[in-house]
Parts: sequence; structure tokens; C-alpha cells
Amino acid sequence: MTPDVQAGAGPVESGAIHDIGYRHYDGERRGRAAVRRAMFVESARGAYGLGRAGRTKVMPALLLAAMCLPALVGAAIAALTGADELPIAYGGYVLNLQVLVSVYLAAQAPVSVSRDLRFGVMSLYFSRPMERIDYVLAKYAALATAVLVLMALPLTILLAGALLAKMPLGEQLPDYLRAMGAAVLLALVLAGIGLVIAAVTPRRGLGVAAIIAVLLVLSGVQGAAQVIATEQGTRDAAGWTGLLSPYTLVDGVAHRFLGQDSVLGAGPPGTAGALVFAAVTALLVAGCLGLLVLRYRRVSIS
Amino acid sequence: MLAVCDLTVDVAPGVVGLVGANGAGKSTLLKMLLGLLPATSGSASVLGHDVATEGPAIRQRVGYMPEHDCLPPDVSATEFVVHMAQLSGLPRAAARERTADVLRHVGLDEERYRPMGGYSTGMRQRVKLAQALAHDPQLVLLDEPTNGLDPAGRDDMLGLVRRIGTEFGISVLVTSHLLGELERVCDAVVVIDGGQLLRSSATADVTAASALLVVEVDARSGEFVDALTSAGVRAHPAGRLVEVELAGDGDYDRVRDAAAGLGVGLVRLEQRRHRMAELFLAPAGGGRDA
Repeated sequence: MTPDVQAGAGPVESGAIHDIGYRHYDGERRGRAAVRRAMFVESARGAYGLGRAGRTKVMPALLLAAMCLPALVGAAIAALTGADELPIAYGGYVLNLQVLVSVYLAAQAPVSVSRDLRFGVMSLYFSRPMERIDYVLAKYAALATAVLVLMALPLTILLAGALLAKMPLGEQLPDYLRAMGAAVLLALVLAGIGLVIAAVTPRRGLGVAAIIAVLLVLSGVQGAAQVIATEQGTRDAAGWTGLLSPYTLVDGVAHRFLGQDSVLGAGPPGTAGALVFAAVTALLVAGCLGLLVLRYRRVSIS
Repeated sequence: MLAVCDLTVDVAPGVVGLVGANGAGKSTLLKMLLGLLPATSGSASVLGHDVATEGPAIRQRVGYMPEHDCLPPDVSATEFVVHMAQLSGLPRAAARERTADVLRHVGLDEERYRPMGGYSTGMRQRVKLAQALAHDPQLVLLDEPTNGLDPAGRDDMLGLVRRIGTEFGISVLVTSHLLGELERVCDAVVVIDGGQLLRSSATADVTAASALLVVEVDARSGEFVDALTSAGVRAHPAGRLVEVELAGDGDYDRVRDAAAGLGVGLVRLEQRRHRMAELFLAPAGGGRDA
């Protein structure tokens, strides 16, 4: 290499030309509430692969599309034929597609928490002005929101289809809101169950398998128990079997307290049944939250 | 089990090195300083905040780079550092700006938009450092920042550590199990072992106390040692090499003269720091009460 070439290469190699030096930050430093919100937003976006690598978007996108497809078809039929009633009801929509919801939960709950455990990110979180409870609350809210979006989007598509078909808003809105209320409850219950299971293990695959297994087994057992009880002619017992699966549990609560048509099961028997279903739902959410707090108290900062 | 015991040390601003063998309690001490591990007894304060009661206040103004891997593979460095800056309390716009700045300072270029799963160890260490600096802390705690790096990567990282302490004006507490590394960049060095303080002193003192010249000659090293000894230099063989304890600058001349007298070639002259083990065996007398 000749000296001339070296001299020419010199300035190109020196990256310091553009270096304007270190700048200090003396702007706003927000408190725990803002930190929690940032954690929530990042985690909720992450549940759909937003802000993450391309391949993490595939699964949530496919499931969201699958959830919305029947609603789109239903809405399109209603709008094109000018029907005076939706071909699919708001009430049973989510429950009929519960397998998709279960798969989404199984796929994304580990993405939410196992990932942080596995890759050692917890130590970075804990070294910031955030308490462990903030992490738990933000993650819970984020996953519940993500699951809710999965259920709320198709319901909203149905409503849009109904309105396009000139069905009166006054008739559609109450049913839509009932279904949305049930979806909120279901999102809270499912996110709790999913996170409690996923937070046990840093291995994503194990979390996925455990969650899907638990939800499928519970649904299966509930279905079988209900059939048996119905055949035995004990309607009350058939109603009580609704407690066995999160889907029928929330369905029962929505049926008795929101007045939604019960799709699964016979619904909780009597006033006592309604109260028990409501209490179990509340306990489930509170219990999951409590377990998560306990779990994260034991996460070491190594 | 006692991880860190009876450790009383007062660390001044600047770049301070924390040296100790693996398992000496360096990482444990850093976590205590972040207010994450409670001390069974004793107290510590960081930036004027008590670690036992004011952990969150400390963590708002302190940056921490853990020793182990802590980067999720499915996000880009930019997304990740922005998130970390926000978790330190910065608004999103400010977090974005700081992230661009900090990633530039640690020397991460185009790669910063790619998922971190494909990064080399050197790049990962840079991102770990960047997230510790993202919120412009007053103090950064760096746990083995040169871990897993090749020699060139080590030099780059140590250069960065030095710049953080000087140009950036951020106090640094950096750990390593290699004293030689820290001597190059630190104003003061604290040596701990088994959770106990061995010595705490300005870097120059440690270096002065441990001046050792390693000499490699191309032949007759045994006779070379004898020649040195007869010239009044404390020398002893160490494998193929000869270790000379430097008493003063005159010793360099005596080494040269001994080699010339024997007619052997000097292959290498290297000033070597004491190894950790030697420091532990013979801690300087005044070190314990620092």
C-alpha cells in the first residue's frame, strides 16, 4: 500500500469526525406509574410481535386472522344480503372458537414471561426503578389486553357488519356490549391462568405445552361431566360442571349477571350457583395475581 | 453462608476497579449497592442514598451491566435499549434520542436494527453497556464487562470504560478477575476475596508494589539467573522464563548487562503485574484499614 493511499484512507477510517461528544440528559425522569405503563405497552405490543423480530408476528397474526375470518364472512353475508339479523350471534362467537383462544394464550403467555426468565432480562428490570409487583401487574394487564383484542376484534367486525346492513344500533349494541363484557372477564381469567403456568418455567416450549394441555383437559373434562350429568337427568349437577373450565365459568357469569344467552352448559343453578360462579371467577383472578406476586418474589436477580 | 463479610470501603468518584477471583463476592456486592440484596448487617450508601431503604432512588440514577447474558434474541438493540430507557423513567421521545446517542458511543452501527439473537459476543457486551448508560446515570456498575471478549474486544471495552469515567463524566465501578485489566483504566482498585477486603488503594500504589519483570532469553536461562543474582538482582527461574523483582530503574541495566555478558539474546522484556494469588498471599500492610 502506498503512502498516498494510506493518507486517503485516513479520514474515512476515523469515525470520530461525526462524534459530537457525550451529551447529558437533564430532562424529565418519570416515576413508577410511567415505568409500569411503559412495561405494559411494550409487553402488549410484544404479544402480537410488534417491535419484535418478524417471525414472532406470524403466530399471533395467523390466530387473529382465524378468529376474525368467520366474523368477516358473517358480516359480509349480512351486509350483502341486507339481512335483518346477523348469521352469527355475538354471544357464542368466542366460545365456539375457544380452541383458537387457547392456542393463542398457550403461544403468547410464555412469550410474555418465560422469555424474560430464560434470557436473564429480569436482572435488568430489577436494576431499574420498578418493583416486582409493577412487573407482575404490567404483564398481567398486557396479556389480558392482548387476549381481549383477539376476542374483541371479531365481535367489533360483526357489529360493523350489522350496522352496514342497516340493522338498528339500538338492537345490536346491548348484545355486543354483553359479549364484550364476557370477553373482558374471560381475558382476565385466561391471562391469569396462562401467566401462572408460564412463569413456572423459563422454557417456552414447556409453557406452551402445559397451558394448552391444562385448557384442553379442563374443557374436555367439563364437557364429559356435563354430558354425564345431563344423561343422569340432574340438571343442577350439569350446571355445576360449568365450574370446571374457564370458558364455561365465565359463560355462566355472563349468562346470569350480564343476561347473555348461555351457550355452553346449563348455566349456574339458582341464585347460589350464580354467586358461586361469580365468587370462583373473582377468586381465580385474585389467586392468579397472588401466585404471580409470590412467584416473582422468589425470582433471583442473578 | 457469608457472601460478603466485614467489607468496609469508601469509594471515591472516578473509575474504580473491583478485583477478586471468581466467587469472591464482586457481583454480590454490586447487587447490594443496587439495593437488590439486603445485607445482614452493616450499611452502604450510593450517591448519598441508603441502599437498604432507598433502592428505587438509587436505581433511578445508577446504571447496571450484569455479568451474564441478559438480552432477548427477538428484538433489535434499538428497540431494546429504548424500552430499557423508558423503564428508567425517560419519556419515549427522550428514550429514542438517548438510545441513538448511546448506541453510537458504544460503537454499534447498522447492526442495531437487527434482532440481537444474531449478535457476536462483542456486540452483545456493547448493547449491555448501552442499556446501562441509556438513562444518563451518575454512576454505572459494570460487572465483568470484558467477559468473553477477544483481546481486541477487551481493549475496545476497556477504552470505553475509561471514556465513560473521563469524557462522559459518569463514575464507574467496574469488576474483573484480572487486575492487569483494571490497572489500565482505573483510578483506584479495591481487591476483595472471600467477601473480605484485601486492599483498597490508588492504582499507582498497586502497580508500584507489584513491579515484576519477566525476561525471556534465547538460551542458558539458568546461567542468566546466576549472573543476575551475582549482580545483586533478585531473580528466579519460572519455567522457560526468568522473573526479576524490580527494585529500581537500575535493574533494567543489570538485566541488559547480564545478557550481554553471557552473549545470550533477549527475546522479551515484559513488566508483569502480580497475579491475584500473590496479592492475596501478601496484601500490602496498609491495605486492610482502607
